[in-house]
This record gives sequence, structure tokens and C-alpha cells, in this order.
Amino acid sequence: MVKKHTSDIGFSEAPVCVSEWRRFRRVFFERKLVTFGLVVLVLMVIAAAFAPLLAPYDPYDLGDAGESLLQPGGEHLLGTDLLGRDTLSRLIYGARTALMVGFISVFISGFIGVPLGIIAGYFGGVINMVIMRAMDALMCFPMLLLALLLAAVLREYDVISGIWVVIIALSIAIIPGYARVTHGVTLSIKENEYIMAQRAMGSSNMRVMFRHILPNAFPPLIVLVTMQLGALILAEAGLSFLGIGIDPPGAAWGAMVWDGYRYLANNPALWLAPGIAIALVVFAFNMVGDGLRDALDPRLRGLL
Amino acid sequence: MPSIPGSEAYSSDKEKSMAELFKVENLKTQFHTEGGVVKAVDGISYHIDEREIIGLVGESGCGKSVSQLSVMQLISTPGEIVGGEVIFEGQDLLKYKTHGPEMRSVRGAKIAMIFQEPMTSLNPVLTINQQLTEMLELHLGMSKKVARERAIELLGMVGIPSAHNRIDDYPHQFSGGMRQRVMIAMALSCSPKILIADEPTTALDVTTQAQLLELMKDMVERFKASLVIVTHNLGVVARYAQRIYIMYAGRIVEEGTTKDIFGKPRHPYTIGLLKCIPRLDEEEGRKLVPIKGLPPNLINMPPTCAFLPRCSYKIKKCSREPWPPLKNLHDQHYVSCYANTQERDK
Repeated sequence: MVKKHTSDIGFSEAPVCVSEWRRFRRVFFERKLVTFGLVVLVLMVIAAAFAPLLAPYDPYDLGDAGESLLQPGGEHLLGTDLLGRDTLSRLIYGARTALMVGFISVFISGFIGVPLGIIAGYFGGVINMVIMRAMDALMCFPMLLLALLLAAVLREYDVISGIWVVIIALSIAIIPGYARVTHGVTLSIKENEYIMAQRAMGSSNMRVMFRHILPNAFPPLIVLVTMQLGALILAEAGLSFLGIGIDPPGAAWGAMVWDGYRYLANNPALWLAPGIAIALVVFAFNMVGDGLRDALDPRLRGLL
Repeated sequence: MPSIPGSEAYSSDKEKSMAELFKVENLKTQFHTEGGVVKAVDGISYHIDEREIIGLVGESGCGKSVSQLSVMQLISTPGEIVGGEVIFEGQDLLKYKTHGPEMRSVRGAKIAMIFQEPMTSLNPVLTINQQLTEMLELHLGMSKKVARERAIELLGMVGIPSAHNRIDDYPHQFSGGMRQRVMIAMALSCSPKILIADEPTTALDVTTQAQLLELMKDMVERFKASLVIVTHNLGVVARYAQRIYIMYAGRIVEEGTTKDIFGKPRHPYTIGLLKCIPRLDEEEGRKLVPIKGLPPNLINMPPTCAFLPRCSYKIKKCSREPWPPLKNLHDQHYVSCYANTQERDK
């Protein structure tokens, strides 16, 4: 934040700078769709956080006989599934699964991918070759296919179970994205004179990399994280649609689409509700990512 | 609390011990490029005495910056230091590992460097406080609080008004001249023995240049440090340096006291440099004479004197013999030239 050094006579010592934060907000909220995306995400986070309070029914409660496959309306706002569970409640609990998979995967892969990218970019040479070629190799596979393979292997050997299989599989699958972006920005940041100045002051390589290069690499990484959250939620839905992922009776949007898929015509709410939820959230993440990208774009700095 | 150099009253004693502090012997740095080997620094030797200000002058690409980066072991691939010695406090710095702890404890703490571009020499995402205290914590092991106090004091010393308010500002809130002041404060924060200023004023306007040079001179006197001013501008060093080294194509072609260099220049290149800058103490109407031609390509240099194609004093011997070695003229005045330029000018 900018501090203003204003004395009594109203003479300011430092030129009044336009706050970065104000400029950021201005560009970010300029587009209505970005604002809309942010609202959707905030609502989703609230839903996930307060799921037990918001959900009208227990998402695992099978309900009484005759309550299965109810149409929307009445007591169950979005109807019930084959086992008589309330769709709306499961939808709200599904937000938890989606966000958990998204955020934890992003965190794990960032934790591995970002240092790899910085190290490769900073040292160059053989280290760069080894790390980046490994990332390229990982990148050859489509993300979903790789995650599927990893999930299958992890399951087979019983290393971990349930939702963690999905989280770990997706984390590994998106590491190359982080490594590449970080590698790219590191290459350009390390040419700056302040990096040379830091080395001339006796900073170690570790200090230069993680105290001086990393914070400068944040803007593109923030954008990447936001964009990838959308992709991850979509991938998680894909995996649970294919039957890999959360163990029943846990609620996941992808699995709900799969369940509803058998009642395509006679009970559309079953697959439409989670389907729309997935589409909306992915769209929202992409919009927010777009907005962040524009707002953090250094070329737009100084524009009011 | 340990006594902090620079805090005590300004010492006015002008007597300088002429003890040799730092010596570079036959330093060679090469860049391995696709076009061939670039001999950026081709065997230079110089020394710095305690509390002395020296100037290293030469045009762009003559290897003056590279020589200074080599001394600090900050040359990265494709560059390589291929030979020479850098003797400081009885140790050869080139024997230290580039990233090793010994070399790191020299950089910043014993030998500090200021760079050309103040606009980009500070990390834009960290506050001045974070960047200044980092050095103090790293090299002097100060606590955060003590380091902050010291940082404020340093900022005050380099002439930043209301330093206690400005210390938490970011670099973009400072002007170029102010940022260079911060850089000076940062470079001197661990009271180094030598301050290397690599074209410290090139990117600044003329009025700020004068202020900063004056400040740098005051500060090194206060901290009892030596100063190396690297520049392409003879005018900058004229006033401050005690001795001047003139570099051309990776070698030192003339060295001497400032008086010698300006009063009795002997190398054709030095003469050329002086002819192309205006002076206040000369008759009106003298035409400024540029040096003909371009600096040589440092790849595949001929064995003869590199200045030969541009030289107006050349004699037959010049095109036959290899690059002339530095020969002593008198006291501290050395020149690397076969021709007797003094006689020709008469």
C-alpha cells in the first residue's frame, strides 16, 4: 500500500502514486463476467464450508421407501436419486469434494513444480536439461489419461485410497505446467540487474532463487493456479464419472452425472444439476483467471 | 552492540596509508561464443591502495565491466576466467569456489558493487527495508530490529529525507537518483574495503551525477574504503580518482596518476579520448576530434596492437611486433605503445 507523507500544509513529499491495488481492482472488476465468476466462486466456497448447515437433508440418508427418483419440486428441491438421497444436499457436499481436490492438488503440484522450474531456469545447463525433459515427457500424455493411469496404479498397489488417489494422480499430472511457467519466468527474471546485484552482495543461490526470483514469479503463477483449478475440477469430475475417485457413498459431481446418466430422459434434474454445477464452476474459474491475468499484466501498469 | 564503522564522527585526517589493499595480476576472461573465443579481458594487472579512488576508463565493450565482474567471480557461462590472480587480504580470490561460502563472504561484505542501472538494481517486490536489512543480517548477523535501525541510519547518511518513513517504501516509489543512493547505502552497509561502481552515473542526468559522485566520495572516505569508478567518461574520474587506468580491447594501455593522464597522456588512445571531450581550460574554437574507426571485434584479434588500425601515431615497428608491453615512463606512469607520441606532438 502506498503511504502518503503529507505534512500539515498539505505538501506531499513523495509523488502521489496510484495504488497498485486500486489499479488492480479497476481492471479486474471492469468485466462483468469476471465479477460474476468471482461471485460464483465465493458462493461455492461458502456452500462447501457450511455444507452441514446449508444442506436441507443428510446427503447419505437413503430416505424412506418411495422416495427414490423423485422429480424436482416439493420437499426435495432438486429431487432424489435412485437410493432416495436428496440431490441438492449431495450437490452441496459435492462442492466440498471438488474444492478439496482442486486446492490440495494445486498446492501439492505447485510445491513440487515451482522449485523444479526455478532450479532448472536458474542453473540452466545439464540440470535444466534433465528437469525440463522429464517435464516434457510427463506433458506428452493427456492430463486425464495420465491421471487415470496413475490412479489405476495407486489403486492397484493399495498405496492410498479414495479421494487421495485422485488428488495425488492429478497433482502429478499437472506438475509440468508449473515447472514450465516457472522456468520461463525465471529465465527472464534472472537476467535482471537486481539479481546480479544480489549475487554481488553475497547472497547464496538458494536465497536468490527463493527470496528474489520467486516473489517476482507470482503474478503468472497466480493466473496459472486459477486456470488450473477449473481444469482440475473438470478432471476430477471426469475421473469420478469414470468410476475412479471418491468412494461411495461420498458425493462427487462427476459420479452424480454418471448416476443420473441412466435416467437421461425421465429424470433430467439428476444429471443436469451436477452438470450445470461443473460447467458453472469451471467457467467461473476461467473468468477469474482471465481477469487476474489482465489485472496483473505489467503492460497495463500505469493505465488507470 | 558492536561498534559500527561510519557512525563515528567524520574523520578529517587526510593522511592515507599507501598500503596495497588489492592486486589483480594478469587476469584473463574469455567468452566462448559460436563465432569463436572472445578475449574480453586479456591479461590486465592493476592494484588498489587503501583508501584510494581509482578510475577504470574505456569505451563500451573494452572489458572494463567484465574485469570487475571477474574479480567478484560473477561471470557466468559462456564466460570463463581463464587465468590470473586476484589477491585480496593475502588470498587469491580466484581460488575460491564461485558459489562457495568463502567467496560469498567476500562479496558484499568485503568488496561491494554498484551497478549502472538504478531503475533495475533493486528488487521491485521487496521493500527497501527488506533489501537493506538482508545484507546486515546475512553478513553481520544483526537482529531484525538492530538491522532496521542501522538501515535507517544508512539511508539518512546517503541523503534520503525522512528515512524512517521511506524505509518501508518499494523501489518504484523512488526516483532514479534516490534509488542509486539506496544502492550506495546497501553497498556500504557492511562497510566493505572496496566499493566497485560500475558506471554508477551513466543512467542519471548530469546534475544528479555530480551529486552522486560527491556522495560516493564522501561515503568511501567516511567508511575508509577504496573506490573503483568504472566509466567511459573521463570527465567523471578527472575530479575524484587519484590514479586512472585506460583500457582498450581487453587490455590496459595506459596507467598513471590523474595528473599524468590528463597532463601528459602518452598512449594514442588516451590522447584521442582527451581530444574528443571539451575542456574549460583551453582556447576557444578548438574542434573536437573523434577517434576514427570502430573498436575492434574481440574475436580473432591480430597479435599486433589492437589500436593500430585507428592510430595516427603508428610507426613501422607497430605492424611487425606483437602488442607492446606496458613500459614504465616515470613513477607510476605506464604506457603500452612503441611510438613516442610525445615527440610527435611537438
